[in-house]
Amino acid sequence: MTMVIEVNHLNFGYNNNLILKDISFSVEKGDYLGIIGANGTGKSTLIKLLLKIMDPLSGEVKILGENVKTFKRWDKVGYVSQKANSFNSSFPATVEEVVAANLYSKIGLFRFPNKSHMKKVYEALELVGMQNYGKRLIGNLSGGQQQRVFIARVLANDPEIMFLDEPTVGIDARSEEAVYGLLGRLNRELGLTIVMVTHDISAITVHANKLVCLGENGMFIHDPREGITKEFATELYGYSVNLHNHNCKNCYKEVSQC
Amino acid sequence: MLDIFQYDFMRRAFITGILIAIITPCIGVIVVLRRLSMTGDALSHNSLAGIAAGLVLGINPILGAVVFSILAAFGIEEVRKAFPRYADIAIAIIMSTGIGLAGILSGFVKNSANFNSFLFGSIVAISDFELYLVIALSIIVMLAFILLFKELFYTTFDEESARLAGVPIKVVNFIFTLLTAVTVSVSARTVGTLVISSLMVLPVACAMQISKSYKQTVVLAIIFALFFTTTGLYISYYANLKPGGTIVLVGVITLIGVLISKNLSNILRNRNDFYAGQ
Repeated sequence: MTMVIEVNHLNFGYNNNLILKDISFSVEKGDYLGIIGANGTGKSTLIKLLLKIMDPLSGEVKILGENVKTFKRWDKVGYVSQKANSFNSSFPATVEEVVAANLYSKIGLFRFPNKSHMKKVYEALELVGMQNYGKRLIGNLSGGQQQRVFIARVLANDPEIMFLDEPTVGIDARSEEAVYGLLGRLNRELGLTIVMVTHDISAITVHANKLVCLGENGMFIHDPREGITKEFATELYGYSVNLHNHNCKNCYKEVSQC
Repeated sequence: MLDIFQYDFMRRAFITGILIAIITPCIGVIVVLRRLSMTGDALSHNSLAGIAAGLVLGINPILGAVVFSILAAFGIEEVRKAFPRYADIAIAIIMSTGIGLAGILSGFVKNSANFNSFLFGSIVAISDFELYLVIALSIIVMLAFILLFKELFYTTFDEESARLAGVPIKVVNFIFTLLTAVTVSVSARTVGTLVISSLMVLPVACAMQISKSYKQTVVLAIIFALFFTTTGLYISYYANLKPGGTIVLVGVITLIGVLISKNLSNILRNRNDFYAGQ
């Protein structure tokens, strides 16, 4: 299999306090990788280091075989950030304007989107079932619909890897399941590599084929098919965690801190 | 009605007014959507200091305003780096600096009437040089805005994703800072430094109430600004009022009208929906 992400001995921290210590793992093409862990363990930071939004203290990150420091093919990498769903909801932009904006590298400097670009926009919207909402203002959509638009914005560029940072925060359970279902379908049918930070252990263990677990005692690579046990979650989160079985195989949810 | 165009000074006032009405909302849309509406105020107070410096040193005051305004715009960016989570502190500091400088330098201006004409604008005082300067700078601002239309949109909507999509964020922001400073300073003569930020915000506020897309917001904001400016200039000529103040008050009255009609149409629509459901 082709390696699309390689992380070697990555260290990051503030004021001599290492948040991420000696992190190494790899992601193969078509993987669905979940990153889980308690708050403050560096999950979002790890994604930002992979995307060169932040620089590590030491270590190496390779994206699509190239060191991230010199990586140029950013159109092949999509990112749905935590901020995506906390955007200015009164921003007067339509769904098609938001999705077309991400075709920047295809449209080019000083040019406007043409018919083929708009066709691409609607193909991406169709993939997420939002093709009838192109002319609607993004701020007038529900949280789940907005998140699907942000996923379409990434898909319009035909990315090879999609990074998502807690994409289901602030949306209801039904929309949350729809987003996970959509991502699972994109992973299976398009072979899209997905890297997702989440707190939703139950959903990610169902959909992901690999888990990176960040905890106080370092990083673990976990096979979700083995499920998440109470002992593992307690060790990972650093405090006692109760897990509820939702009567589905390998399906658990963190419910409380004891 | 058209007799005012027989006067050369009114033709100049309308040409510069229309150009400023086109470029100001273009910049205003981005400023408002980035929630930096006070930037215009900070830059205009610094351009006032530049006007005073120009009058004291004997150079064209608009040129002085352009230089001071550009310095202030980059000053805001620098101060913001020291207070990254408090964008408004940088604006307040640079605005205070501008007010302080304008206050001191204005004390050295011999012709205070000339200086005062820049506060609320003057339709009789536009020289040939200033007319050509406004035309040239307005064309530059318009071209830059059109060419960077999608880049400005994306960096304003989601800067992080825009960077990943390949938009040269630093270059775009640098050019936008220059455009804002130039727009504020060239508007000083017609609209006046104290009301230019209102002309940036008011047309955009009106447009946002009724627009259905970003592109439509820009177009409607320009149409509103053209309406405010031409109506304001007419009224200021016939009623012998300060043009800047008149233009802004026309804008405020229009905004109130837009808000009232929007609320009324919402009430009517809800009532119709209620009866249709029965």
